[in-house]
Amino acid sequence: MSTQSQYKYTKPLPEMDPEDRPYWQSAKEHALKVQRCDDCGAWNFPPRPLCRKCQSAKLIWTKVSGRGHVYSSTTQHHPILPSYTKDDLPYNVSIVELEEGVRVISNVVGCPPDQVKIGMPVEIVYDDVTDQVTLPKYKPRAN
Amino acid sequence: MGNLRGKYAIVGVGETKVGKLPGIGTLTLHVEACKKAIDDAGLKVSEIDGLLTNQPLHDPFRTYSVVVAHSMGIKPDYSLDLGLGGATPVAMAQHAAMAIDAGLATAVVCVHARNQASLHLLPKQGMGVTRAYHGGVRDGCEDFEDPYGVMSGPGHHSFAAARHMHEFGTTSKQLGAVAVATRKHANMNPSATMYSKKLTLEDHQKSRMIIEPLRLPDCSLMSDGGAAFVVTSAERARNLKKKPVYIMGMGNHQPFASVMDAETLTTLGGAVSSKMAYKMAGLGPKDMDFAQIYDCFTITTLITLEDYGFCKKGEGGAFVEGGRIEIGGELPVNTHGGLLSHAHLEGMTHVTEAVKQLRGGDVEPERQVKDAEVGVVSGHGGYASTHASLVLSNRPS
Ligand SMILES: [Zn+2]
Repeated sequence: MSTQSQYKYTKPLPEMDPEDRPYWQSAKEHALKVQRCDDCGAWNFPPRPLCRKCQSAKLIWTKVSGRGHVYSSTTQHHPILPSYTKDDLPYNVSIVELEEGVRVISNVVGCPPDQVKIGMPVEIVYDDVTDQVTLPKYKPRAN
Repeated sequence: MGNLRGKYAIVGVGETKVGKLPGIGTLTLHVEACKKAIDDAGLKVSEIDGLLTNQPLHDPFRTYSVVVAHSMGIKPDYSLDLGLGGATPVAMAQHAAMAIDAGLATAVVCVHARNQASLHLLPKQGMGVTRAYHGGVRDGCEDFEDPYGVMSGPGHHSFAAARHMHEFGTTSKQLGAVAVATRKHANMNPSATMYSKKLTLEDHQKSRMIIEPLRLPDCSLMSDGGAAFVVTSAERARNLKKKPVYIMGMGNHQPFASVMDAETLTTLGGAVSSKMAYKMAGLGPKDMDFAQIYDCFTITTLITLEDYGFCKKGEGGAFVEGGRIEIGGELPVNTHGGLLSHAHLEGMTHVTEAVKQLRGGDVEPERQVKDAEVGVVSGHGGYASTHASLVLSNRPS
């Protein structure tokens, strides 16, 4: 998706803690990275200062495959958050489990929300919502 | 902690009006609830030396427990603002008992009040900044959720509901059975927000989706109101005004910090927390005459009933059907109308209702669980990530 510089993007954007900044930077570069423990190999998400499994601080931002499947899926029918209007509804919100094992919340796009099913294979798509921020989203892929 | 069994009791409860109370301040609701609970116990305000609060997240304060205490002339030796989300009121009973056992206080008031109906920060159009939207109080994962248009509580529980349906074949109608049973209880409770509003399973099935698979009646109310209870020693309790309700078992467990790093969304903290409480009490699910189960969403009730051992994992959908969880059924659940239909005070009225049921005669006769002697209360909050359990009884042993 291309940068939409012609209009102001008003929906919520990540404000980015120091712990999270490399994630958003890698999204902006269209090469998503997640923390991987250099000691035990565990993938960690959401970002944390220490590995959840072994408490090592040697967490390396490592590129992920961008492939995964839908772990849980819901359809939003009510504009609950700022700047979401009836025109945005309904839309999908899913938990996607990447092949690396980490789970991320995102939108599955590229198909109607009622066609998104648990277990469905998906792959990453980068949505450059502003010049500064890219949101990793997911679209259906052939198995 | 096994030695705390039956040593402490809830001796007073107080509830303000609930619903939409514009013009009544949150501090006033706290103080009114505390005063009612202290009066109910037959204690003097000067006899209270401990106070626990759950600070109002719609209007955060520093040292809120101290503000509330001094608003009514209490100079506490023990005060704490406890932050476990919806598990807080149940956890307060545990913390109060521990503080008294440690000799830090002798009589502790536990209070929770909110102006969620009249002051809640509803979405403002054009407000694109996530942390400001949360009133400066962070959940911790909003950067990874708000940009995708998902709001913590409803979003997390709809993920859990979708998983429960996927793993076990649970249906929207079964969630509806929870909403209907809870509403029937509210229809017997004149203080409930939904007292005069009936709900049938057909109504539930026709109602609009909020976050599919959750419909409007699957979601709890937004409420103004307050409630409180007083904890003191069992010995002292026996000389007070009301029949003591003894704290027999307590548990507390937080299995994850985000739905993104939860191992599962269909078994929550209650599975561990209830076992701790049952073990301390020397009792089990079969001994419970009722259950007051935190019900921010219908799916929460269903999963918690499984986690508490009232049925097997995955069988919650069938368990809640057929009137089993209604008054007169096998296990009356949320006899006041719960967060779904009484008021959303983050479970504080689940505790006060349990106490009233165990005293006997403190609720409308048709709402009284016959010969109730033992009941369990659950608290649940955060990212569906916090849980506290309490086993209460009107018999000390
Ligand atoms: Zn590690």
